Amino acid sequence: MKKLLLALATTTAVLGFAAAASAQEKAKICFVYVGSKTDGGWTQAHDIGRQQLEKELGDKIETQFLENVPEGPDAERAIERMARSGCGLIFTTSFGFMDATIKIAQKFPDVKFEHATGYKTLPNVATYNSRFYEGRYIQGQIAAKMSEKGVAGYIASFPIPEVVMGINSFVIGARSVNPDFKIKVIWANTWFDPGKEADAAKALIDQGVDILTQHTDTTAPMQVAAERGIKAFGQASDMIAAGPNTQLTAIVDTWGAYYVKRTKAFLDGKWESTSSWDGLKDGILTMAPYTNMPDDVKAMAEATEAKIKSGELKPFTGPLNKQDGSPWLKEGETADDATLLGMNFYVEGVDDKLPQ
Amino acid sequence: MRIELEKRAKVSTLFSVLSPFIAFALTIVFGGIMFALLGKSPVTALYSFFVEPLIEVWSLHELAIKAAPLILIGVGLSVCFRSNNWNIGAEGQFIMGAIAGSILPVVFYDWQSPLVLPLMMLFGMIGGALFAAIPAFLKAHMNTNEILTSLMLVYVAQLFLDWLVRGPWRNPQGMNFPETRTFGPDAILPEMLASGRTHWGFAFAIIAAVLVWFMMRYTLRGFEITVLGQSERAGRFAGFSSRKMIWFSMLFSGALAGLAGIAEVSGAIQQLRPVISPGYGFTAIIVAFLGRLNPLGIVAAGLVLALTYLGGEAAQLSIGVSDKVTRVFQGLLLFFVLSCDTLIHYRIRLVWERFAVAKTDEAH
Repeated sequence: MKKLLLALATTTAVLGFAAAASAQEKAKICFVYVGSKTDGGWTQAHDIGRQQLEKELGDKIETQFLENVPEGPDAERAIERMARSGCGLIFTTSFGFMDATIKIAQKFPDVKFEHATGYKTLPNVATYNSRFYEGRYIQGQIAAKMSEKGVAGYIASFPIPEVVMGINSFVIGARSVNPDFKIKVIWANTWFDPGKEADAAKALIDQGVDILTQHTDTTAPMQVAAERGIKAFGQASDMIAAGPNTQLTAIVDTWGAYYVKRTKAFLDGKWESTSSWDGLKDGILTMAPYTNMPDDVKAMAEATEAKIKSGELKPFTGPLNKQDGSPWLKEGETADDATLLGMNFYVEGVDDKLPQ
Repeated sequence: MRIELEKRAKVSTLFSVLSPFIAFALTIVFGGIMFALLGKSPVTALYSFFVEPLIEVWSLHELAIKAAPLILIGVGLSVCFRSNNWNIGAEGQFIMGAIAGSILPVVFYDWQSPLVLPLMMLFGMIGGALFAAIPAFLKAHMNTNEILTSLMLVYVAQLFLDWLVRGPWRNPQGMNFPETRTFGPDAILPEMLASGRTHWGFAFAIIAAVLVWFMMRYTLRGFEITVLGQSERAGRFAGFSSRKMIWFSMLFSGALAGLAGIAEVSGAIQQLRPVISPGYGFTAIIVAFLGRLNPLGIVAAGLVLALTYLGGEAAQLSIGVSDKVTRVFQGLLLFFVLSCDTLIHYRIRLVWERFAVAKTDEAH
C-alpha cells in the first residue's frame, strides 16, 4: 500500500499535478448510531447523511460507523475506540450520548466531536440540531384544513422539550387556520416500537381523531392510518411507501448538508465549536412532497414553507396562551431559543396532561 | 430415522476439561467461514475479535467494566440455579438495587461523607434482595412459578425507574430531560488503578466469585444447596428445608444483582437514566450456564462474553461488518459450548427402524 501510494505520488508529481491530496492518508470521519442504520427513521436518516458525505467528499475522507450502540458506559467505550482508531471528527447521533461524548472529548482534545440534539459543548465539542418544529407547524396547518372533526391524534415518544415543542408547534399551526382545533396525545414512551406505536394509533382513531401524526420512528402508525382510511404525516424519513394514499407530507431529516459543511470546515482547518440549530432554510430539514390533498391546501402549505424559509414567519409568535388559558406571548412577541429548548408546558388546544 | 440422546454411563474427565477449548476451536472455524463468505479476511476478522481488545491497556479496562456486572449477577444466579430455583428476574433486581442505592446521592445529595459509598452499596444489595423477595414469597408460600413472577417483575422495575427519572427524581437543572442529578464525588465508586476506568465493581465481582466458590465447596450451606437442587426429597431427609432454601437463594442472587446495579450506576454511569442496563441481568443467565454454574468458571465466562462484545465493536470498525454479525458470532460460541457440554453427558444415537420399514416398503 505504501509503495503504491509512493508510486502514485511520484507519478502525479512527475505529471505536475498537486500530489498532496492523493498521497496523504484520507481523513476519517466517524459516526456513532443508537439504532440500526436501516431502522427506517432516525438512524437511517443519519446514515443517509453519512452516505451523502462519502459521495461528495469521498476523495478526501473515509467514513466509519458503529450502530446499535447502547447509551451509557457502552457509548463511552465506542466513542473512545473511535478516538483511538484515528477518527478526526466524530458525530454522536443520539441525545443520550451527551455525557459520554463530553467525557471522551476531555481525554482527546485533538479530536473534534459533534453531538446531535444535546446542550453541552467544549472547545472540541460542537452540538447540532434541527428545527423540526418548523415542519410541524406546516403539518398543523394542513391538518386543520384536512380534518373534518377538528381533532388530530399525536403519538409522542418522551416528554422532553424537543417533543413538547413539536406538539405545541403543530397546535399553533393548526389553530392559525381553525381556532377551535384540538389534539389528543398518547405517550408511547419509546422511540422505536412498531407494536406500541400501532396500538397508540388505533386508540387515537377509536377516540375519534381523523388525522394522525407521530414523533416516533416506525411506519406502523402510517400503516394503521392507511387501514382505517384516515390521513397521516410521516416522521424523520419519507414514509410514502407505507401509505401511498395516506401520507400528506413528512418531516424528512436531511443531515447530509450539515455533515458536508462541517467536514469541509474540518478539512480546511476552520472547524470551531458551535451550537448549530438549523431549519428548513438551511436544508437540514425538508418536507416530503405534499400529496393526497386538494390544490388549495397544497398551495397554503407551500406558501407557509416559503415564509418560514424567508424568516417572515416564526411559529412561536404571539399572541399565544398556555394550556390553562393564561397568556404566554404578547402580540408579535417571539419565543427565544432558550425557552424553546427547555419547553415543558403545553399551549392552548392540547387535550392532554403533560407528564411531569 | 430418529435421533435420541442417551445418557452416558461415565463422563469423561478429559473431555470435560477439553470441551470449552473444542467449542472455541469450532467457533473459530465456523466464524472464519462466515467471515470468508461475507468477503472479509477471516484472519483480520478473528484478530480484531479476539486479539485486538486484549493488546491495549485501555481496552483491558473496558473488558473488566463490561464483565463486572455479568460476573456479579452470574455468580448469584449460580447459587439460585444450583438449588433448583429459577430466578429469571435478575435484570429487575439489578435495576431496583441501582434505585435503592441511588437514594442517598439523589435525594440527600447535600450529604457528603465517606460513609455515603458503603451505605449506597448496602442499600443496593437490600434493594435487589427485597425485590427478589417478592417471587421468593410467592413461591415459598403460594407455590407460584418463580420463572414467571421474577420475569414479569423485570418490567415493573424498568417502568418504575422510568417513572422516577421522569418524575420525582428528575434533575432540576437537567433541562427537563429524563435523568437524575449526577452523583457527587463521594458517591462515585473510585477507579481501581491509575491506568484506566475500571472501578471497584470488578473487585466486588471477583471477591463474590471466590466467596461463593468457597461456600459451595467447603461449607454445609453449599452442600445444602447442591443436595436440595438435585433432589428435594433427599434434602428433606437430611433435615434441609426447601422453603428456606427458596428464600436464601432468591435473596442472595437478588442482593448480588442489586450490588451489580448500584456498582454500575455509581462507577460507570454516575446518575440514573431511564435505561441503565443493556440487558445484563439476562446475559448473566447465559454467563452462569457458560461457566457451568461454577463461580470461577463464571468469571472466565463473563470475561469471554465481554470480549465478544468488545471484539464485535473492533470488528465493526476495522473490517466494517454489521453488529448483527457480532450477535451471530456470539450465538455460534454459545451453541458450540452448550452442545459440546451436552455431548459429554449424552451420546447421540440414531434409531433407524422407521427408515428400515420404508426401505422394505420400497422393495415390494
